[in-house]
Amino acid sequence: MSSATGIGVPLRRKEDKRFLTGRGNYVADMKLAGMVQAVFVRSPHAHALIKGIDTASVMGMDGVVAVLTGEDLATDGVGGIPCGWGITGKGGVAMKEPPHPAMAQGKVRHAGEAVAMVMAETLEQAREAAEALVVDYDPLPAAVGVLDAMHSSAPQLFDDVPGNLCYDWDVGNERATDAAFAKAAHISSISLVNNRLIPNAMEPRAAIGEFNPGTGDYTLWTTSQNPHVIKLLMGNFVLNIPQHKLRVVAPDVGGGFGVKSFHYPEETLVTWASSKIRRPVKWVCERSEGFLSDAHARDHVTTAELALDEDGKFLGLRVKTVANMGAYLSTFGPNIPSNLYGLLLAGVYTTPVIYCEVKAVFTNTLPVDAYRGAGRPEATFVLERLVDIAATEMGIAKDEIRRRNIIPKEAYPYQTPVIMEYDSGDPAGCLDKALEAADWAGFADRKAASAAEGKLRGIGLCTYIEACGLAPSRIAGRLGARAGLYESAAIRVHPTGDISVFTGSHTHGQGHETTFAQIVSEQLGVPVDKIDIVHGDTAKVQFGMGTYASRSLAVGGVALAKAGDKIIAKGKKIAAHMLEASESDIEFGGGEFRVAGTDRAKSFAEIALAAYVPHDYPLEVMEPGLEEQAFYDPVNFTFPGGAHIAEVEIDPETGVVDLVAYTAVDDVGTVINPLVVDGQIHGGIAQGVGQALFENCVYDDESGQLLSGSFMDYCMPRADDLPRMTVATHITACAHNALGVKGCGEVGTIGSPATVMNAVVDALAHLGVTHVDMPASPNRIWRIIHNAQSAMAAE
Amino acid sequence: MQIALTLNGKEVSAEVRPSLLLSEFLREQLGLTGTHVGCDTSQCGACVVHVDGVSMKSCTMLAVSAAGTAVTTIEGLAQGDVLHPMQQAFHECHGLQCGFCTPGMVMSAIEFAETTPEPTEEKARAWLEGNICRCTGYQNIIDSMLAGAAKMKSTQAGA
Ligand code: FES
Ligand code: FES
Repeated sequence: MSSATGIGVPLRRKEDKRFLTGRGNYVADMKLAGMVQAVFVRSPHAHALIKGIDTASVMGMDGVVAVLTGEDLATDGVGGIPCGWGITGKGGVAMKEPPHPAMAQGKVRHAGEAVAMVMAETLEQAREAAEALVVDYDPLPAAVGVLDAMHSSAPQLFDDVPGNLCYDWDVGNERATDAAFAKAAHISSISLVNNRLIPNAMEPRAAIGEFNPGTGDYTLWTTSQNPHVIKLLMGNFVLNIPQHKLRVVAPDVGGGFGVKSFHYPEETLVTWASSKIRRPVKWVCERSEGFLSDAHARDHVTTAELALDEDGKFLGLRVKTVANMGAYLSTFGPNIPSNLYGLLLAGVYTTPVIYCEVKAVFTNTLPVDAYRGAGRPEATFVLERLVDIAATEMGIAKDEIRRRNIIPKEAYPYQTPVIMEYDSGDPAGCLDKALEAADWAGFADRKAASAAEGKLRGIGLCTYIEACGLAPSRIAGRLGARAGLYESAAIRVHPTGDISVFTGSHTHGQGHETTFAQIVSEQLGVPVDKIDIVHGDTAKVQFGMGTYASRSLAVGGVALAKAGDKIIAKGKKIAAHMLEASESDIEFGGGEFRVAGTDRAKSFAEIALAAYVPHDYPLEVMEPGLEEQAFYDPVNFTFPGGAHIAEVEIDPETGVVDLVAYTAVDDVGTVINPLVVDGQIHGGIAQGVGQALFENCVYDDESGQLLSGSFMDYCMPRADDLPRMTVATHITACAHNALGVKGCGEVGTIGSPATVMNAVVDALAHLGVTHVDMPASPNRIWRIIHNAQSAMAAE
Repeated sequence: MQIALTLNGKEVSAEVRPSLLLSEFLREQLGLTGTHVGCDTSQCGACVVHVDGVSMKSCTMLAVSAAGTAVTTIEGLAQGDVLHPMQQAFHECHGLQCGFCTPGMVMSAIEFAETTPEPTEEKARAWLEGNICRCTGYQNIIDSMLAGAAKMKSTQAGA
């Protein structure tokens, strides 16, 4: 490394101090002069006609300023919430994209849908009025479960969406896959459910809209991962606010995990309402309201088959999935179970042919969209469970069957049968390192020791790959993206040599204020305490596509390096002039511009000063100033991957699954800050373990009421649910970006559900168990053990 | 109702609604927004403060019940620019990511350090039963708690 605070250094984070001293600035913390408080009245029904809303009766209540409904939106010509991806299904059929009004108009389609917005001087008053507001509903039968909703007799959410079918999409080669199955020596199959989740970032969502009647300017403060995208979607497609009159600010945001990357109705509503009442409008989501208004995740029903030859080589894979879209299309919703799922089904294997069909279905539940991993944990779960089943059926060891099918390191770049071309990787290397770190070979002894205590011990392995660094715009466009997916960066060198960096990425825990400064420090030789990262405010940052899909470093970080290159290039020109040398003789390194082979040099700070005080400067050929901007559009996705191993101990008396060991070896490309990378992987694993063992979003099948609507019913992983994790990296550099980086935000969540469930099934294998759906709750496991024992006793 | 209490070492008196929660009093009335609210069912622990040295979920306590007590919030820990040893430990061990659970974690961790004679990983994990973090997977929080406890002990011994 060329700087003490550069790439690879485990620097402690620059942003910590404000959070540790209670000086963070989250949206809920903000107060604006004259601000009113908004509370939403939400539908108690999953599906109902709205016959009337008696707004007049609450208008006279204490402190009430205004009550607005979906009809007011219609009167004002406010557009529906748009979807950012358009998926084209089989035969070129476009997905169905019914209107999504910000508040219900005539009909509600999920419990929790906003039907009215009450604004009052105080929160208390707004709550009281919201509670008093009478809405007259005519309840309808609800389509809740995703398979039920496809049934011909199911209630229809929209008049023009027959069978509630959003799209019927496929990828791969059906005929070639059928042919591979026809010649298979063995076929393994699985039916599974990928359980629905509620992401639950710890900071509830919040938004403040402010309209300035004097200038006609709008400002929205929101808990968002991508303020620029919200500005574009909301300004241009919903509220018709010219882009230069709209500012969106996402200040400190308390965790995102995807769920804060969408444009939500409440953002539109506070902004719109502030212009109607000409006062700032603040809304802070309560947790129980968040359960009913944040987008949910996963929720697939899948059958899959793997064809193998007699040696256990994979010949073909066939996958059929039904995915729940919820009642409306959220920003990225349709892209998750299609492109981010089907295109990853090759995993790290040489499977020559694949065919995947996905039907996306509307139901009377909350919209389903991206959550950490988004599609890739689902793909990994299908594939890695199936590989384990095949190994067991064919009597091949779980590590051995993977080794026989893994893409060898030398085979990269590797074209998969499902569009993706992997640029780099070494899955076998990750596997070997993980087996070693987890003492795979010594498992039998540990199993015996557990057995002596009356416990069932299992070990599970998963080798996975993911695609992130979203995304090459041209490819994304072909896949249905309605935006470009580049990132922008600007580096402003001040006359003193201090630096402000402007990035379109947003940090809400990932640590960019430190890691992005490390990239600049490495490149320009300036210590990180002289570099500030500015993000999250469209009035400060030129443009951006935001933070999700592990794209910040792989796209935003690379944009930054590109801007840095331009700074160096201009600095060389200035130095050549000042040192009276030819530009080609100037070298930059260690924070100095030097005439090669001499001791004649100018420091970075001297060049910065000369750029702003151009007394000795090539003014004839160059403008003063030292500030550069770059947009970077990646040429490919990046492909982090790795091998994870989990060990569980099951108490057969209670069904409690205790995760006793977890090892992860990940290839995340070049590491900027190992401390931050480890933290990301820990957190990701905890979320995946949450899905595998604890978390489950449950609706009542008939009524469509959310049954898991609070932290008392929705089990979040706690500190004592998790073991100490062993995390390590096995790096191959990304072959197509300047930093060699791939991304680490999601790897933990992608590998861990399959890993943990493979361990759970392994622990129960002696009972004939081949698959367990998530979460492996005590109740479910106890029942499986109990049933298996009764069945065995009956034999 | 009129209440008086000691807040972060200073005497404070204020007029409050009887139904006002301590968390609301701190955040809305006094502008001490370091104390966070992450749930409405007393499950998350983002709102933990110290009341007479004991960690309490400020969303479960009325402001009027805090009358006459000494309340410490996350804003009251550092001495000027010098962080409390537990804050310092969270910084060094990367025990925070988004920072939202952090105030509650730090306040809770301090009581853990003060009341646990021989801190261990297992005890630290059990102690955090009432605090949820979605970002860190807890590992670095546990490390922070243990490092912070050791630091607090040595600071005390040195004092
Ligand atoms: S705010 Fe969640 S426990 Fe107090
Ligand atoms: S650091 Fe984000 S919730 Fe704990």
